[in-house]
Amino acid sequence: MSDVLERPAAAPLDDGHLKVVGTRPVRPDGAEKVTGKAMYGADLAMPGQLIGKIKRSPHPHARIVSVDTRRARALPGVKAVVTAADFPDLASEEYEAGESASNLRDLALNVMARHKVLYDGHAVAAVAATSAAIADEALELITVDYEILPHVTDVEAAMAADAPVLHAHMFTEGLDEKPATASNIARRNALSRGDLAAGFADADVTVEGRYETAAVHQGYIEPHACVASYGADGQCQVWSSSQGQFMIRTYCAKILDLDSSSIRVTPAEIGGGFGGKTTVYLEPVALALSRQCGHPVKMVMTRDEVFRATGPTSGAVIEVKLGARADGTIIAADVVLKYQAGAFPGSPVGAGSMTALACYDIPNFSIVGYDVVTNTPKVAAYRAPGAPISAFGVESAVDDLALKLGLDPIALREKNAVRDGMKAAYGPTFRNIGYVETLQAIRDHPHYSAPLGPNQGRGVAVGFWFNVGGESTAAVNLNEDGSAVVISGNPDIGGSRASMAMMAAEVLGLPVEKVRPIVADTASIGFSMLTGGSRTTFATGMAVTQAAQKIVEDLKRRAALLMDVSIDQVDFVNGAAVCLDAAKGKADLTVADLAAKAAQTGGPIGAQVSLNAQGAGPGFGVHVCDVEVDPETGHVTVLRYTAAQDVGKAIHPAYVEGQVQGGVAQGVGWALNEEYIFDRAGRMENPGFLDYRVPVASDLPMIDTVLVEVANPRHPFGAKGVGEVPIVPPLAAIANAVRGAIGKRMTSLPLSPPKIRAAIDAG
Amino acid sequence: MPRVIVACASCRAFTGEVVEFTVDAANVREMVRALDRRYPGFGDHIEKRMAIAIDGEIHQDALFAPLAPASEVYLIPRIGGG
Repeated sequence: MSDVLERPAAAPLDDGHLKVVGTRPVRPDGAEKVTGKAMYGADLAMPGQLIGKIKRSPHPHARIVSVDTRRARALPGVKAVVTAADFPDLASEEYEAGESASNLRDLALNVMARHKVLYDGHAVAAVAATSAAIADEALELITVDYEILPHVTDVEAAMAADAPVLHAHMFTEGLDEKPATASNIARRNALSRGDLAAGFADADVTVEGRYETAAVHQGYIEPHACVASYGADGQCQVWSSSQGQFMIRTYCAKILDLDSSSIRVTPAEIGGGFGGKTTVYLEPVALALSRQCGHPVKMVMTRDEVFRATGPTSGAVIEVKLGARADGTIIAADVVLKYQAGAFPGSPVGAGSMTALACYDIPNFSIVGYDVVTNTPKVAAYRAPGAPISAFGVESAVDDLALKLGLDPIALREKNAVRDGMKAAYGPTFRNIGYVETLQAIRDHPHYSAPLGPNQGRGVAVGFWFNVGGESTAAVNLNEDGSAVVISGNPDIGGSRASMAMMAAEVLGLPVEKVRPIVADTASIGFSMLTGGSRTTFATGMAVTQAAQKIVEDLKRRAALLMDVSIDQVDFVNGAAVCLDAAKGKADLTVADLAAKAAQTGGPIGAQVSLNAQGAGPGFGVHVCDVEVDPETGHVTVLRYTAAQDVGKAIHPAYVEGQVQGGVAQGVGWALNEEYIFDRAGRMENPGFLDYRVPVASDLPMIDTVLVEVANPRHPFGAKGVGEVPIVPPLAAIANAVRGAIGKRMTSLPLSPPKIRAAIDAG
Repeated sequence: MPRVIVACASCRAFTGEVVEFTVDAANVREMVRALDRRYPGFGDHIEKRMAIAIDGEIHQDALFAPLAPASEVYLIPRIGGG
């Protein structure tokens, strides 16, 4: 079930008479995908293709004394073997190509270890052979001599003064004075407002808690996969599954010291990314192998490799203290966040800090965040990176505050809610936000007042994400019959083909079925940032809309020529050029009429727009869920879940609902089951979907959605990003529901049956 | 003149205890240059590491975004996503 609630829109092109935007057409890539014809990363096969495989460290922390590849090279069928010696030893340099700036040296060292391995699964060598079996045999013949070092996988243990240090050159940034000794704390960040001590002194009540989340993986079903071919002329081709073909091109060029112009990357279909495919693992290795042997090299990770060697998100510790007046006004908040970065700096603690209190108007607060390296895989982005973790702590504490004050949890949040004109905790003033409307949508929803049974509990939580715009290019071309092609440079990970086609169709006055959306390779369309940050429908949609508007202007010009009138006498209405002077008796000229006359009026009709979109509106979500806890087993069943979100304008409501439902499903897994488990030797114990349990359909109820439409005036149709917000509230919403069911606050995720049984048994 | 507010610790490495400035600037580039003159190296830090919220709207890589005399500008860490 889904509801759509609207507040009057102020979007430039939404005059209340939209014909395509806001409808639910069949997705253009649907038939290919459900019939198994779509080409994913592992589906491509090239003539003469070899199979590439990676030898990985079995140790979480060790010095590489030597790597002997001679026996592997001598094995018949082995065509190439590479180690770090086959890659440039890059200098430390910040470079922006993925989601945000990355240190190129760290990126390269994560792709292939040099001198040290920093986690179980770290790549140390790679081979390319004529079969997978020969490649596997070759890996066994590579001898690596390690000097094993002490390791640390826990975030707080890594912060201790006596912890094994991963990087001897790393000194904590963000302190008042530069420290004298190296540390695993890469950075300390801080945000504050007002007088925290005075705020707590004025508080009538306080609540506090210490919360833990486990490292969890994005859990995309498709493993990383690519085919790379390094041509004899130095021209390279890469086919891979990622969230951004331009990101792949840039990182491969940087890591291998190649010109971007020599690399052409073709995006395959992507079987899930969720932020985890915003960086490179295989592509530079496959290119290096191909360069050595001259054959195309195909590499496909196993699930074991995906877990052990690609980025999960952080495990973390969150400390929260809140102070409030007796009427529920929150006047002080103290938040400390300790986020695991994995082997190299770069946890999402910055975003976690900025989002932690973003839903609340609190006069006095302090938020301190620590970015901590550990002997675990380097973390990667995961939907709303960092925000679900801090929200778990803050929303649990807010729930405890509501209980302590005897207030309704929605009413408490409404009382402290940010509104238009208020300053966000991270600084700027909010404009055009729909948070209060979203709270009201849940408060008024039948779910919120439905009765509960024995052993059942209801939880509420809220979440925030900034959303971003960024650089995008799109082209729209008219065909000779008046149909159109929309070309963009963003992989379709959430239905963006459909939303691009719909926006073009709306502007051109065409049925959406007449618009074919294409995702092009890096040589066939101008640059676009990757698909992530909930940016594609907003930013690339803006480029598509502007390109279509350019075509409309061109069509009006051509119509004026054919009608023998001036262009200011021509309007464009419902897909046709119309002469405004009815007395002239000119027949309307449809898009098809004008396309048929293209040659006579100036040639092919098309337009391309490149832009750097600004003004992405922030999003808010409010979730309510009901759970039932089996007191004998500690098993939690999610009975009912309703998620409301301010989406600006839903271009294709079914896909927006899908984004919300997908975010909730992943949040349920994070809350109840998923976790990286390491043994004493620092090796991951559960690198497979049997032991790392993501939710399946039978674990979930139908997830109801309420789309609240408070338009973003900076987008032509009012859209805001929608993909990140829905994963922010579920961790706390479920924990709060469990609190209601068993009468105890659970503070450590996942809320697995043994933990809940232990809490029940403790009485 | 536009008012510039620093909201994160990484900027304070350049500005010390000063967290708010007025800057004679008509666009972001002029603002960045003015701040770099005041705190050498700060301009590069802003361009590489910071997003700029102008009257509540977050901009990234927008050197020529206009600033009004009454604009409120926040320097915040750059934002990515998943």
